[in-house]
Amino acid sequence: MLPHLDAAYNLARWLVRDPAAAEDVVQDAVLRAMTYFASFKGVNPRAWLLQIVRNTAYGSGSLDRGAWLVPIGEPGDRGAVSGDDLVSRADDPEAALIRARGERQVKELIAGLPPELREALVLRELEELSYKEIADITKTPIGTIMSRLYRARRLLARAAAAAAEPVR
Amino acid sequence: MRAADPACDKVLLVQAELDGELDAAAAAALSAHRATCPVCEAAAAELTRARALIDPAALRERMPQDVRARILASVAAVAPAREPPQISLPRSGVWQRWFSLFGSFGLGAACTVAIASLLIAPRGPSVAEQIVASHIRALQPGHLEDVASTDQHTVKPWFDGRIDFAPPVKDLAAEQFPLKGGRLDYIAGRPVAALVYQHRKHVIDLFIWPGQTGPTSPGSAERQGYNIVHWSESGMTLWAVSDLGAKELREFADDWQRLP
Repeated sequence: MLPHLDAAYNLARWLVRDPAAAEDVVQDAVLRAMTYFASFKGVNPRAWLLQIVRNTAYGSGSLDRGAWLVPIGEPGDRGAVSGDDLVSRADDPEAALIRARGERQVKELIAGLPPELREALVLRELEELSYKEIADITKTPIGTIMSRLYRARRLLARAAAAAAEPVR
Repeated sequence: MRAADPACDKVLLVQAELDGELDAAAAAALSAHRATCPVCEAAAAELTRARALIDPAALRERMPQDVRARILASVAAVAPAREPPQISLPRSGVWQRWFSLFGSFGLGAACTVAIASLLIAPRGPSVAEQIVASHIRALQPGHLEDVASTDQHTVKPWFDGRIDFAPPVKDLAAEQFPLKGGRLDYIAGRPVAALVYQHRKHVIDLFIWPGQTGPTSPGSAERQGYNIVHWSESGMTLWAVSDLGAKELREFADDWQRLP
């Protein structure tokens, strides 16, 4: 069993999508992890490896930017979440999502999220990391992580709801 | 808060509660608020729906066996079990941390990895250790050269605009050290030029950067089976690293300095 290698691969695949590119990212990250291991002073090697994977993926040029048109701003950064800033206009994500179905649909929905939202959701829901760990891995304030998670989940719930309705 | 306001600044706390990130006191306070806040109730329902959509087991990307094998092989390649290490291993948590990092994949692999990490970077990597680490990383398939050319007049201009100095590039084909190409690398906190030479089956990386970083006098060293020679000339610091024998690598360095 290779728990951390599996986590590294999972994150890499969700960030860069392309399997060959993801393999390169994991390999590069593992070699970096080895090189810098002596400087690792933390207590959570899995989070540390995931942080290296994430940095490697973002630097690889093959980062999947996502397909959805989502406002880039961080509502949480401004102190409050506006519940409606995700309910969008003519080009809203929902329309693009009505086609998909079932599990594959959820996968596509998450894959279509911008990487900042996608990684927060993947680290939380698939890797079951705490807010604090996700904040450390992404070098992002916890409040921003909470906001990104909220936005990601809200998009997901609304897209799925839209998909369940008849096409307007 | 106003009832007409669609937003409530506590929705993130609602989410935190669902995620198990709230302590009991905060959860109790939130529960009192939620009873009076339709926004938070709606948010809780929506978040619950979103979470129900996600089946972690189905969504997790599993590493195929062949990918795992290749990655483990690359790890093993970086940590060749050549000689027993010449250092005493600390009893400290380094071993445990390695085990915890890579789980329990073969004891032998974990040991060689741990040894490699100790040899490469025992105290925050020195220049020599970074040189060896970069060399090893470059030897992975596809990482050796960014510009592959035996022509110094192709390699030298390639660095223009990619790096903030013009590294000297020499072709030592006549001395049996043909130029293979070059790439950008990162040593001692700065981008550096790396020239790639070949001698028979052996690869030599020559790292070049301006100024003086590391030892001031020429010297040589050995790290993890790799030989290193370093010197400086014309305001540049040069480090050569290879699995070549120490004597041959010294010849390479001498030829390089002798040629114009």
